[in-house]
Amino acid sequence: MHARYLLNALCLITLFQVNALAQEQTVSFNRDIRPILSDRCFACHGPDAMTREAGLRFDIPDGDEGALASAIQPGSIEESEVWRRINSDDDDELMPPPDSHIKPLSNEEKQLLKKWIESGAQYTSFWAFEPIVKPATPAVKKKTWSDQVIDQHVLKKLETLKLTPAKQADARQLIRRVTFDLIGLPPTRDEIQQFLAEHNRAPKQAWEDLVDRLLKRPEYGEHIARYWLDLVRFADTNGMHKDFYRNNFEYRDWVIRAFNQNLPYDDFVRFQLAGDLYDNPTEDQLIASGFNRLHLIIDRGTALPEESFTKNVIDRVTSVGTSFMGLTIHCAQCHDHKYDPITQKDFYSLYAFFNNIDAEPETPGRPKQGLQQPFVSFATKDQTQELNKLNALLADLDREIASTKAKTLNLEKAAKKDQKQSKSKEAENASLKNDLIKELKESEKKRGDTKRTRDQVESGVRKAMVMRERKTVRPTFILNRGEYDSPGKQVERDAPGFLFPMKKQSTVASRMDLAEWMVDAKNPLTSRVAANRIWQQFFGVGLVKTSEDIGAQGEVPSHPELLDHLAMSFIDSKWDVKALVKEIVMSKTYQQSSVSTPERFKTDPENRWLSRGSRFRLDAEMIRDQILLTSGLISDRMYGPSVKPPQPDGLWKAVTMTGQRFVADKGESMYRRSVYTFWKRAIPPPQLSILNAPNRDACIARRERTNTPSQALLLLNETEYLKAARNLAKSALDQPVEQQMNMMWETVTSKLPDEKEKQSSQSLVDELTEKYRKNPKMANELCNGIDIASSEQKAQLAAWTVFGTVLYNLDITKTRE
Amino acid sequence: MNSKQQLDTLQSRRKFLTNSGMGLGTAALTSLVPNLSMAGTGGPHFAPKAKRVIFLFMAGAPSQVDLFDYKPNLTKLFKKELPESIRGGQRVTAMTKGKEKLIAPTKFKFAQQGESGVWMSELLPNLSKHADKLCLVHSMNTDAINHDPGKTSFCTGSEIPGKPSMGAWLSYGLGSINKDLPNYVVMPSAFWSGRVNVQALYSRLWGSGFLPSKHQGTSFQTTGDPVLFLSNPKGIDSRVRRRMLDTLADLNQKHYSEIGDPEIQTTIAQQEMAFRMQSSVPELTDISKESAETLAMYGPDVEKPGSYARNCLLARRMAERDVRFIQLFHRGWDHHTRLPDNMKGQCRDVDQPTAALLQDLEQRGLLKDTLIVFGGEFGRTVYGQGQLTLDNYGRDHHPRCFTAWLAGGGIKGGIHYGKTDDFCYNVVEDPVHVRDLHATMLHLLGMDHSKLTFQFQGLDQKLTGVEPSRVVKEIIG
Repeated sequence: MHARYLLNALCLITLFQVNALAQEQTVSFNRDIRPILSDRCFACHGPDAMTREAGLRFDIPDGDEGALASAIQPGSIEESEVWRRINSDDDDELMPPPDSHIKPLSNEEKQLLKKWIESGAQYTSFWAFEPIVKPATPAVKKKTWSDQVIDQHVLKKLETLKLTPAKQADARQLIRRVTFDLIGLPPTRDEIQQFLAEHNRAPKQAWEDLVDRLLKRPEYGEHIARYWLDLVRFADTNGMHKDFYRNNFEYRDWVIRAFNQNLPYDDFVRFQLAGDLYDNPTEDQLIASGFNRLHLIIDRGTALPEESFTKNVIDRVTSVGTSFMGLTIHCAQCHDHKYDPITQKDFYSLYAFFNNIDAEPETPGRPKQGLQQPFVSFATKDQTQELNKLNALLADLDREIASTKAKTLNLEKAAKKDQKQSKSKEAENASLKNDLIKELKESEKKRGDTKRTRDQVESGVRKAMVMRERKTVRPTFILNRGEYDSPGKQVERDAPGFLFPMKKQSTVASRMDLAEWMVDAKNPLTSRVAANRIWQQFFGVGLVKTSEDIGAQGEVPSHPELLDHLAMSFIDSKWDVKALVKEIVMSKTYQQSSVSTPERFKTDPENRWLSRGSRFRLDAEMIRDQILLTSGLISDRMYGPSVKPPQPDGLWKAVTMTGQRFVADKGESMYRRSVYTFWKRAIPPPQLSILNAPNRDACIARRERTNTPSQALLLLNETEYLKAARNLAKSALDQPVEQQMNMMWETVTSKLPDEKEKQSSQSLVDELTEKYRKNPKMANELCNGIDIASSEQKAQLAAWTVFGTVLYNLDITKTRE
Repeated sequence: MNSKQQLDTLQSRRKFLTNSGMGLGTAALTSLVPNLSMAGTGGPHFAPKAKRVIFLFMAGAPSQVDLFDYKPNLTKLFKKELPESIRGGQRVTAMTKGKEKLIAPTKFKFAQQGESGVWMSELLPNLSKHADKLCLVHSMNTDAINHDPGKTSFCTGSEIPGKPSMGAWLSYGLGSINKDLPNYVVMPSAFWSGRVNVQALYSRLWGSGFLPSKHQGTSFQTTGDPVLFLSNPKGIDSRVRRRMLDTLADLNQKHYSEIGDPEIQTTIAQQEMAFRMQSSVPELTDISKESAETLAMYGPDVEKPGSYARNCLLARRMAERDVRFIQLFHRGWDHHTRLPDNMKGQCRDVDQPTAALLQDLEQRGLLKDTLIVFGGEFGRTVYGQGQLTLDNYGRDHHPRCFTAWLAGGGIKGGIHYGKTDDFCYNVVEDPVHVRDLHATMLHLLGMDHSKLTFQFQGLDQKLTGVEPSRVVKEIIG
C-alpha cells in the first residue's frame, strides 16, 4: 500500500481540527447532500428513466416524480418518507435496499440528511453545471500574508480550519520547485547561483524574473505538453492486434509548439476539435485536428469493420468528454447516465459530430510510414520543386520505355511477317533488337533509380493524419445498449440538452459549432476543467481531486470559490495559459515550504488544505530527464519522430504478434527528453511505465504515484542511469578535490550538503575507493569504455560512480518539494 | 473534500485502529513493510477455499470441439451445412463472413477417463490421468469474437482497455501473503508449437487499470533478468550494494527527520525490499535443486527457459512461496487452418507439464488450496474454415460456447458442467459467462464479487462489471 494512504488511515485528526470541521457544518446541498444522494439513490431514483423505480427521483426536487412531491417534506423528518425508509428495521422497506450492494448510509450521513431536511431541504443546482461567477474575495484575518486573490481564498479556508500557512520555502527549494514545475528539469548550478544572487538583492523581483525566464524556455512546452499527451492518450502505435506504428508525432510537436507560443486555450480547443474546418486551415490547425485520430485502432482482417467503426467513434467522444468537459460522457452510450443528467440521446448527439470521418475504420496491413488516410503533406518549396522535377522525369522515362517497347514489338512483328528475310537483314534486325533491349534496360534502371529518389524525397515530406468530413453527413442513430448493430431512433448533432443551447451556423451543426460551444464563456465546464488540471500540475492534486470527472460522482472542490476565481480569470484573460500558470506560481500559497511535521503530513497527506508546499514524487519522465541533464548527457534537440532509448532485451518479442524486436537507437537519440520516447501501447518503455506512466490506452487526467520495489530496482540498476552516474562522477573528478562533493550534491539535488551529509558521503566514497583499489577487475567493469589508464583513477571513478547512483536514489532527488 | 468524505476518512481511521489493535508505534513500523499490509479492502469477505490461483491462459482460443466437448453425432454430418436455426444470427468475424458454414467433426477420439468417467480427447493423454480432479465447464461464453477484446475481457472483465486485471483485483482485495516476492506474476511462454498467426499479448492483460499500480502483474522475462532491472550492474556486487543502501538509508532518514514526510520512509522500505528481491527471485527461478524425478515429470522442455513446462514448474515454486496469482500465457492456439497438426503440437506443449503441475501440487499438499484454471478467450466454430477434409480443417472464433476447466482449491473434480447443443454451437444448459467464472473464482478466494469494488469515475467499479453475474456454486465442492 502507498504508505501515505496507510498512514493517513492510521492516524487521528487532531482534536482542534475536528472541532473546526464541525463548525463548518452548515449543510451545503452541493458539498454534503448531493454526493450522498448520487452515490446511494440515483442508480434507481435518478436521471436514468429506464431504471427509475417507483416514479421517484432524487436528482430534482420538483415535478410529479421530484423528491419534494412525495419523499421529502421540507422542515420535517417525521413527515418525510425518506427518513422513515432509511431508518426502517424492515429489510423490505430499508433504503438503500440491503440486497442492492449499495453501501448503507452511515450515521453521520443520516445526520447530514436530517439537518438538511430540517433546514428546509434546499436543492441547489449542481455546482459544475452552474454558470461561473467571479466570487467575492473573502475577508481574512491575517492581512499581512498576501494580497493575492489565490492566497486570500486559501487563507480563508486555513483560518476556518484553524491552520496557518507555512513559511516561505528557502531560495534553493524555490528555484528547484519552480524549474521542475515549469520546464520539467532541475535548475543547473549556474541558474541556482544567478537566482541566489538576485534573490538576495530583491527577492520578489528575482522570483518574478525567474518565472518569466522559465516561461520563455522551449523546454516549457515540452514539459507542459506531456500532461496533455496523457490526457489524449497520445502514442506511437495502434494499440490493438498487430499494434502497428502510427505516425502521430506531428501532433505531439504541435502541442509543444502551442504551449510554447502560448496559443490561447480556446483556440487550442477549437483547433483540435475542428481545425480542419477553417477556411484555408493553417498547417497547425490541420495537424491539431489529428486529435481525432489518436484513438486505438485495429488493423484490417479480423474484426468487423462496422464494429470497429463504432468503437473508434465512441473512443473519440469519450476523449472529448474527459479532455474538454471533465465528464464521463461515455457512461451514456448504453443508457442514460446514472448520475449526471446526460441522456443516451445526448451521447449520440455528440457522437454525430464524430462519425462522419472520411476514413476507413481499420488500418491496412502495415500502414506505409504509419499513416492512414486522410493525411496531409506539407512539402517545402524545395521539396515540391524536387518532386515536380522527379515526377516529370519519371513521366519522360515512362514514355521512353513505352516507345522502346513498341519499337521492339514492331521489329518482332516485321520479322514474323517477313519469314524469308536475308541473313544480313536478320543480323541487322538482331543487332537492332539488341540495341533496343539494351536501351530498355538502361531506361528501366534509370526509372528505378529515379523512383527511389522520388520516394525518398516524398518520405521526407512532413505528413500528418487529420480529421476530414465526408461530403454527405452520415445519419446517426441511438445505438440500443450501445451495440453497433442495433440502431434505434435517429438523432441530430447537438450539445447535451442539460447545458446551454448551441449556436448553429447552418441547419446541420458542424464540429466548429461544437468547438465554439465548448469555448463559449457561458460554458460552465471547459474553463473549470482546464483550470483545475493546471492547478493539479502545481500542487499534485486538483482542487477537484477527480480531475477526469467533475460530475455528480466526482469529488466536490476543496476550494470552490478559488476554482471559480481561476476559471473566470482564465476566460477573462482570453484563455491565456501562461498567465494562469504565472498567477499560480506567483502566489504565496505556491511558495510555501514543504517542510512540516509528521503529524501534519499524516492529517493531510495530499496537502488538500494547502497549509504547506506540496511534496510529491516526480513523474517518470522528469526523473529520467533529470538524470540526463545532471549527467550532462541530455540532448536539447526538439521535435521529430519518436526515439527509442535502450531497454532490456526481449520485451517486445515476448508479447507481440509478429515477434517484433525492439531495436534501440544509438548516439544522441538515446538522450532526447522523454517526451520524445517511442510509446508502444502493447508494452510501453519500462523506464517510464514502472514509474506510473500510463499505457496511453485510455485518457488519463491524473497519474497515480506509487512507491514500489520495482522502482527502486530501476533507479539502482538501469544501465543507462549507471552510465549517467559515471558521467556525472567523471565531471566531478575534473573539479578541484575540495569542490567535488559539493558539485555532485548541488548538481543532483540543487542543495549543498551539510556536514553530516558530507561525512556520510565521504565515508562511502573512501570505503568504496579502497574496495575498488583492491578489486581492479570490478573497477574495470564499472569503467568499461572510459579512456583512463591509471588503476587509481579507475578506482576513484568507480567509487564516485556508485556515489552518483546513491544521489540519484535519494528520496529528495526523485521528489518535487 | 466534502464533509461526508472527511467523515468517511475519519471513520475509516478509527475503524482501522480498532480492528488492527495497533498503536501508532506499530503503525510507523508497518509503514516500513508496506507489502505486508497492502490489501485495499482488508482481506476476504468469508472463509476462502483457495489461497492462490494458477491461471493457465491458452491465448488464441483452443478448440473445445477437439479437446473437451464430445459430440459423437457430428461425424455423420461431415460437410453438411450448419442449420440456420442453430446459427441463430450469430455474428461472425470478417474471415468467415458470407462464406459457407460446413460442419467439420473432430478427427480426434474421445474416451471416458478416471473413476468419474469424464470424456477427454486423445490429444491430452497425461491430463486424462487426472480427469477426476477436473471440472470441465462446457457452457462458457463471452461477448467478444476477436482476440483482442476477447483476451481483454477474459483477463480484465471488460472488452474496453483500461480495466484492472483479475490478478490485480485479487491483489487489491486480498493483499500479499509473502514478503519478498511480487504478489502477482505473469509468465508468457517464449515459444510454442502452433505454426499459426500468433496473437499479441498486451501488458494491459495484467495491468492494474485504475487500481493502484502496485497491484499490477510482474511479468517474468525469459531473457536477462526475470524481473526487470533485478541484477546489480557489472562492477557492483552485493557488498557494494549493501553499503550503498546503508548510506541511502542514512541520508533518507536524515531528510525524513528534517522534512517530516512519512513517504520518505516508504522509499527506504522499498529499497530494502528491492534488495531482498535480488536474492529471493534468483532463488525462486533456480531449479537446480529440483529432483530428477520432478524434472522428468514436467518433460524435456523443462530444461528450456521460457518453455511452458519450465513456467509450470516455476508456477509450482511460486505457489510454494505464496505468490497470490500466477498467470501463464501460452500462445499459438488460433487454428483457422491446419487445426489437427497445430493442435497436436500445442497439446504436446501443455499436456504433460499441466498434468505434472497438478500432480506436483498434490504431492506437496498445495493443490487443496490452489485454484487452477485452464482456458482460452473463446471457443471455435464447429464449422470448418479453409480446407475441409476429414483429416484437415480449421475453425473460426466462436463466442457462444467454449470449455474451460478448473481444478484444486474448492473445486468438485471429475464433472462436466453445463451443456451445449449437438452442434457444439449454443449453450443449452447452465450457461457460464466469463464474468460468472470471475465471480466464482473470487468466491473461491473468499471474496464477494459484488463487494470487491473500487471507486473510479464516480462508480463502484467491479471485476464483474454492471451486468448480473453469479457464482457457479454447483461446481464448488
